[in-house]
Amino acid sequence: MPFVPHTPEDLKAMLDVIGVTTLEDLFADIPESMRPKSFDLPEGMSEMEVCSHLEQLAAKSRTDLVSFLGAGFYNHHIPKAIDGLISRGEFYTAYTPYQPESSQGTLQAIFEFQTAVCRLLDMDASNASVYDGGSAIFEAMMMAVRATKRSRIVVSEAVSPIYRTMLASYTSNLNLEFITVPHDNGTTDIEKLKAAIDDRCAAVVVQNPNFFGNVSDFTELFEHAHAHKALGIISVYPVMQSVLKTPGEMGADIAVAEGQSLGQPLSFGGPYLGMMACTEKLIRQMPGRIVGRTEDLEGREGYVLTLQAREQHIRRAKATSNICSNQALCALRALIHMCLLGPEGLIRTAELSMERAHYLADRLTAIPGVELLNDAPFGNEVAVRLPISAFEAVDKLVERGYVAGVPLGRYYEDMDDVLLMACTEKNTFEQVGILAEMLGGIL
Amino acid sequence: MKTVFAQSVPGRTACLPPMPEERAEAFIPANLLRGKRPALPEMSELDVVRHFSRLSRLNYGVDSNFYPLGSCTMKYNPKFTENVAALPGFANLHPLLPQIKSAGLYTQGALEVMYESERLLCEVTGMHAFTLHPMAGAHGELTGAMLIAAYHKDKGNKKTKVICPDSAHGTNPASAALAGFEVVNIESKDGLIDPAALDAVLDDEVAALMMTCPNTLGLFEKHLPEIVEKLRKVDALLYYDGANLNAIMGKMRVGDVGFDVVHLNLHKTFATPHGGGGPGSGPVGVSERLEPYLPISRVDKLRDGRFFLNYDYPKSIGFMAPFYGNFGVVLKAYAYILRLGGEGLKRVSEYAVLNANYMRKLLEEHMHIPYNRICMHEFVASACDQQAACGVRALDIAKALLDKGYHAPTIYFPLIVKECMMYEPTETESKETMDAFVQDLIEILESAKTDPVALQDAPVTMPVRRLDETKAARSMILIDPA
Amino acid sequence: MKTPENLLYSKSHEWADIDGDTAVIGITDFAQELLGDITFVELPAVGDTVAAGAEMGSIESVKAASELYAPVSGEVIAVNEALEDAPEKVNESAFEDGWLIKVRISGEPKDLLSATEYAELAASEDH
Ligand SMILES: Cc1ncc(COP(=O)(O)O)c(C=O)c1O
Repeated sequence: MPFVPHTPEDLKAMLDVIGVTTLEDLFADIPESMRPKSFDLPEGMSEMEVCSHLEQLAAKSRTDLVSFLGAGFYNHHIPKAIDGLISRGEFYTAYTPYQPESSQGTLQAIFEFQTAVCRLLDMDASNASVYDGGSAIFEAMMMAVRATKRSRIVVSEAVSPIYRTMLASYTSNLNLEFITVPHDNGTTDIEKLKAAIDDRCAAVVVQNPNFFGNVSDFTELFEHAHAHKALGIISVYPVMQSVLKTPGEMGADIAVAEGQSLGQPLSFGGPYLGMMACTEKLIRQMPGRIVGRTEDLEGREGYVLTLQAREQHIRRAKATSNICSNQALCALRALIHMCLLGPEGLIRTAELSMERAHYLADRLTAIPGVELLNDAPFGNEVAVRLPISAFEAVDKLVERGYVAGVPLGRYYEDMDDVLLMACTEKNTFEQVGILAEMLGGIL
Repeated sequence: MKTVFAQSVPGRTACLPPMPEERAEAFIPANLLRGKRPALPEMSELDVVRHFSRLSRLNYGVDSNFYPLGSCTMKYNPKFTENVAALPGFANLHPLLPQIKSAGLYTQGALEVMYESERLLCEVTGMHAFTLHPMAGAHGELTGAMLIAAYHKDKGNKKTKVICPDSAHGTNPASAALAGFEVVNIESKDGLIDPAALDAVLDDEVAALMMTCPNTLGLFEKHLPEIVEKLRKVDALLYYDGANLNAIMGKMRVGDVGFDVVHLNLHKTFATPHGGGGPGSGPVGVSERLEPYLPISRVDKLRDGRFFLNYDYPKSIGFMAPFYGNFGVVLKAYAYILRLGGEGLKRVSEYAVLNANYMRKLLEEHMHIPYNRICMHEFVASACDQQAACGVRALDIAKALLDKGYHAPTIYFPLIVKECMMYEPTETESKETMDAFVQDLIEILESAKTDPVALQDAPVTMPVRRLDETKAARSMILIDPA
Repeated sequence: MKTPENLLYSKSHEWADIDGDTAVIGITDFAQELLGDITFVELPAVGDTVAAGAEMGSIESVKAASELYAPVSGEVIAVNEALEDAPEKVNESAFEDGWLIKVRISGEPKDLLSATEYAELAASEDH
């Protein structure tokens, strides 16, 4: 019996101890009327059969496509050492560190993760992760709503539409008011955002680089928010954050990120990693697990889950969030990733990616009829306007093994001809050149 | 152990990418760049590997230790599922690929996994439809609560309250509140939902009851048919917290007995690893009347057998996840279900229940078991006798168990049993393991009588002794100072 | 367990030391005992108004959290700022150094218990 070790003798002996004769006797509490109407599941398979079935399904994917897809989810190199380390059973098969003395490994790793997040984002405190970048924005927003006791949120339309639709769903039964401030041809419209902030506003939410890849400085925006006692929330891209002005430098109150670019496989959408950090003042509003350093009876350094009075197992309906299980193993991946790359490695990754994206932009703008959406600074991702439908253009190149980018028509009005293209260090200059040639050829 | 930051040596590197031709200043104006490079660790690859290998050794995990943590279902996680999730055809798939028409073909394998997983979970639970998007149990609860809200709103019902029994996991009231409901607590009686207490709070404003069955005491809710009836009368829905589904597979299906919403914890019942706290996966199943509100996208099948992502559900509550949930976790659970098949799943429940009852019997003369009758997959004992007799608390016993090489049972919950210790051995543990565990536990209980102080000092063999949690909360050292 | 005679008590375990039109408010020794080591106290600000029986803040220990309810109505005229850095004062001296806020009372205090009544209530809850 797979994964059940009992021999017939064991079974008999155990039933005897319990004082029943059959396994079925143990389920006597479930009346006949409540028994399953059907339980028509396939027969079990051997390990070999399951693996080969799934290998066949996996083989339906094409893994040789050269991809320029991004939109917040990037195909960066993942150091091989990560898999070996996170697969160690003591990490992989442990759970939330409720018993700190037998969980110092997990606890210290979370403490180190919190530290790395704070150093990358330049913030005071972080948590052990939430589900993903989108739910991180939601949690940040709720922190702001509680801290300011206000209910209006100003969001830039240049924040990922993937996340904005999540926010809309999550808050549909809450008495919150969203004001979405339109982007200005792909750039974040700081002046309009400022104009939308007033004394009823809990927070302003922006993204850097924004969804179109543009980079901004939000220092003034956050100052303006603070003048109205509203909070500044910023969502960032961790790899680019190694070079870009930090949330801390801009005066953000809460910084969040999707941590996928730090060592997580794309894995068709998850598991990913919601990173959150905030200023000291807001720590008690933070959702989820937080690890703190302390001492044991003998004065030795050690780590524990702390500030637990915020959490659902103590505060129940009044908790700062309902989150219990988080993305701990993904956080561990991100931490190991940051250790293996170090500051220089992360910076070079950002630079190599930018270099390619800028080369791509140069090549594309040389094609008649192709232009950049705007001339604002960008990092490793850029939006271009094509003379034909972006959907059509992308479709045509797939059979030639290239996925040119994300067509933006389904996210924004008047953008059927706009293509969002991302590069990472894995896209070679040669591939960029080929893509430019091919695109030029079909336009 | 020194942190990675304390081990950092300037200039040391591990996986350094090649030098770019130009640096950041070439692409981004100086005023948009950060002032200082991030102070991340600088280490060699061996430094990193050794550090994390050593850290891992400070942990207990299912692979190395018996881990009877109640409510968490710490069963063995089959290794082959890890290989399955790492197959490049799954692991390297960009989630936006299905949006490109001609590339849709190349995601058929992944879509089939999702489609089939949903069908299998429907059959296991008797529900009408499933979404795989919720990324953990609590996220499933939030999704479920939102589905309930959407249903009532659509029907024009004014429903503002959700009832949670006091034995419910803390996430239930927290999720209901986050979905905008007022939470109404009811007290249990004899370890079960008390129909009279339910009557006292039931009115037309009740949107739903969230319950766990078997409940967190490991007991089957015997009044279930009556409870279903009562809720139907006020047009309220029934939510099932499926964290305990591992007790009833093949024995009862929540859909058949009248539940409208259920969330499952794939990281529990379906053996995906807990990863030190996550990632999990919390799919939500619904009855027919709630199906229109399920999150989008949904995987549908065309007549020619191809799968596609359908966004055309106008009554949907919208997006709960950026894409399709924790796909990598769903994959592992799918592989597990295929491996076991229907008979195997039934066996999971039978042996999980067998093990829990066996352990309960071995322990009943040594610890107070407040509701000592045939339990399901777990049971709750109380250290109240030990506390009264010698001042030894559940916490002390838990710590002493660590010294013997076991993870402790759950002691922070359920709140309705004082000095509670919730044991869940799971079906993957052998008789020998449980015999040895109970033997060691009895030894601890005996020593409580003769030398209680020693127990209050436990653990003594772990990397650290008891830690000062008050100091941690007051001093709030949450990061390594730069 | 101490229950000073000169104070009035709420069922939710706050005390009020009423002197003319002002009252000093805190939590009882019984309550601090029950909570354990206090790690954080959240209080209203000077100038805020509190209403008898309504929530006025919260108090946290390592393993528990509890809402604070105002025993009397009025305007907050002082808060115990020392608790920000030393919440343990509530454990050490619940009726003196560990006071929470001072209010200027509006309206007549109602439904408060005497020391004897409160001691009985506490005894009945202590099981
Ligand atoms: C009964 C019960 N419900 C809900 C949950 C929450 O699940 P998750 O931790 O996956 O969010 C848990 C797990 O801790 C549980 O035991």
